[in-house]
Amino acid sequence: MIIKQISVFVENKLGKLAEIMNALHKNDINIRALSIADTKDFGILRLIVNDPEKAEAVLKESDYAVSITRVIAIVVEDRPGALAKAMNILTENGISVEYMYAFITRSENEAYVVIRVEDNQKAVDVLTGRGIRILKSEEAYNF
Amino acid sequence: MGYWNREMETIDRGELKKLQSERLCAMVRHVYDNVEHYRNKMKERGVTPDDIKSVDDLKLLPFCEKSDLRDTYPFGLFAVPMSEVIRLQASSGTTGKQIVVGYTQNDLDVWSEVTARAICAVGGTKDDLIHISYGYGLFTGGLGMHYGAERMKATVVPVSTGNSARQVNIIKDFGSSIICCTPSYALSLADTMDEMGISPSELKLRAGIMGAEPWSEQMRREIERRLGIKAYDIYGLTEITGPGVACECSEQSGMHINEDHFIPEIIDPETGEVLPIGQQGELVFTCITKEAFPLLRYRTRDITSLVMDECPCKRTFLKMKKPCGRTDDMLIIRGVNVFPSQVESVLLELGLTSAHYMLIVDRVNNLDTLEIMVEMTGEMFTDHVKGLEETARRISAAMASTLGLTAKVTLVDPKTIKRSEGKAVRVIDKRKI
Repeated sequence: MIIKQISVFVENKLGKLAEIMNALHKNDINIRALSIADTKDFGILRLIVNDPEKAEAVLKESDYAVSITRVIAIVVEDRPGALAKAMNILTENGISVEYMYAFITRSENEAYVVIRVEDNQKAVDVLTGRGIRILKSEEAYNF
Repeated sequence: MGYWNREMETIDRGELKKLQSERLCAMVRHVYDNVEHYRNKMKERGVTPDDIKSVDDLKLLPFCEKSDLRDTYPFGLFAVPMSEVIRLQASSGTTGKQIVVGYTQNDLDVWSEVTARAICAVGGTKDDLIHISYGYGLFTGGLGMHYGAERMKATVVPVSTGNSARQVNIIKDFGSSIICCTPSYALSLADTMDEMGISPSELKLRAGIMGAEPWSEQMRREIERRLGIKAYDIYGLTEITGPGVACECSEQSGMHINEDHFIPEIIDPETGEVLPIGQQGELVFTCITKEAFPLLRYRTRDITSLVMDECPCKRTFLKMKKPCGRTDDMLIIRGVNVFPSQVESVLLELGLTSAHYMLIVDRVNNLDTLEIMVEMTGEMFTDHVKGLEETARRISAAMASTLGLTAKVTLVDPKTIKRSEGKAVRVIDKRKI
C-alpha cells in the first residue's frame, strides 16, 4: 500500500541528471515513474523504481543526498473527472497534497497518481471508503 | 597531566622576567652585530643595544614584518654563518613569496624542547604512539612535532599527509594514541572513518594536537565527538620556530606561551601601539634564544589576546587565545570584515555539522557579492522544496546576523567541495582589487 519513493537532491548543474541516470543504469535499476521539482538553485528528483533499497544504496555510494519518502498511489479511471473526485474526497477530509504526479499504465483504461500527504493512513482510509483503489506497492515497483 | 620541564613551566613570574631580560639584552646585541637589515632599522629609529636593559624596553625596538623577510630573501636575516646552520625550513607560501628560515643545533634543541612540552601538556608520555599527519618536508608541522615526540622518547609514527584510508588503518592497527594534524584534516579523517564503518571506540586515540589553521570552538567539539578524543590547540609559525610556540594544557582554556624562549606582545595593528593584556589585537613575538634566525618584534598578523590567570595546571606562562583570524586572510566585503572562521561557527551553531563550505567573493557592478556554498548532508536533506529553501534561508539569516552582511547561500551536492590534506582553502576571491 505504501510506496517507497526515492528522493534525490540535484544541484543545478549541467549533466547532474545524466550522472544520476547513469548510476541507476549501471546497477540495473528500472524507473517506473518520476517527477522533478525545480527551483532556481536546485531540484529534487523523485523516483519510483523497481528496487528502492538498492537505488538508495547506489545513490548514497555515489555521494548523493538521498532519502526514502513514503507515498501512496491511487488508481483512477483514465477519463475526465476521475482525479477530481479523488481530490474532492481529500479536500472534504482536510488532507493537503504536498505534491503529486501521474503516470498512465500500459494496460487497461487506468492512470496511477502518486500522492504525497502528511498522513498516509488517513488518506488511504478516506479514499478506499469512497471506492478509490490504492495501488499495492508491488504493483508500483513491477507493473 | 605532566610537564616536560616543570621547573621552567612553573617558574615564578618575577624570576621569568629576570631571565627574559637577560636573554633579550644578549639577543638584541647578537642581532645588531650580525644582521645588517635589522641594524639599519634600529639605527633609523635611533636605538642601540645599550638602550635595551630589560623587557620593559622591548617597545623601543622596531617591528619586523613579513615584508622584511621578503626584502632579505633568502638568507638576509640569518644571524650566524651558513656553516652553523644545520637545517632550513620554509613556510607554506600561502601569503605570497615563500619564507625560508634556518636553525642551528641549539635552535633545533629548543624547538624539540617546546614541542615535547606540548605533548606532555596534553598528557603524552614515553608510552604513547604519536601519529603525525602534519606534512613532512619544508613545512614545519611534521618535523617539529616529530623531534618533540622523539625527544621525550615516545613512539613516533611519521605518517605525514595523504591517503586517509591508510591513515585510519594505521591508527587502528598500530594503536596510535595521540594524533597531530590540522583540524580540517581531523574532520576529513572522521569522514573516512564513517565511510570505512570504523567507530572511535575501536581506536586507542585519546588526544589530538591540532593547529596550523584557524578553527572554532564548535569545530573542536565536533572533532572530539567524532574521533572520541580531546582536541588541543597548538600554535606556532615558521618564522618564530614552527609548532610549539604555545600549546594548550588539560584546561583547554588557551595556549601557554613558552615565554622563556618567545616574548609575546599584542599591538594595535593600525598604530603599532602595545595593548594591555586582555585586549585583542595583532600578536607580536620576540625570540630570545634563537641563534640562526632570531626575529625581534615579529608581527604575526594573527589576531588574538593574551590571558593572565592562575591556571589550574600550575603553569605560570601567559596564555594566548585561539587566534580568531589573521589580518591578511581577513576579507573585506562591502566594507565589512569577514573571517572564514565566522562562517564555520555559524554552520556548526545551526547544527550543520559537516563543516564543509566555500566562500566565493566577487564583484558585480562594483558591488561585492558573497556566496557561501554549503555541502548538503544526509541530515539536512528533505524531500520538500520548502524545507530545503527554509534551510538555505536559515543559513543566510544566521550569516547576516553574524557577519553583518547578506550572503547568497547555495546548497551543493555532498563531497563536491574539494577536501584538503593541509591547510583548508575556504575562500575564492574573484575580485580584482
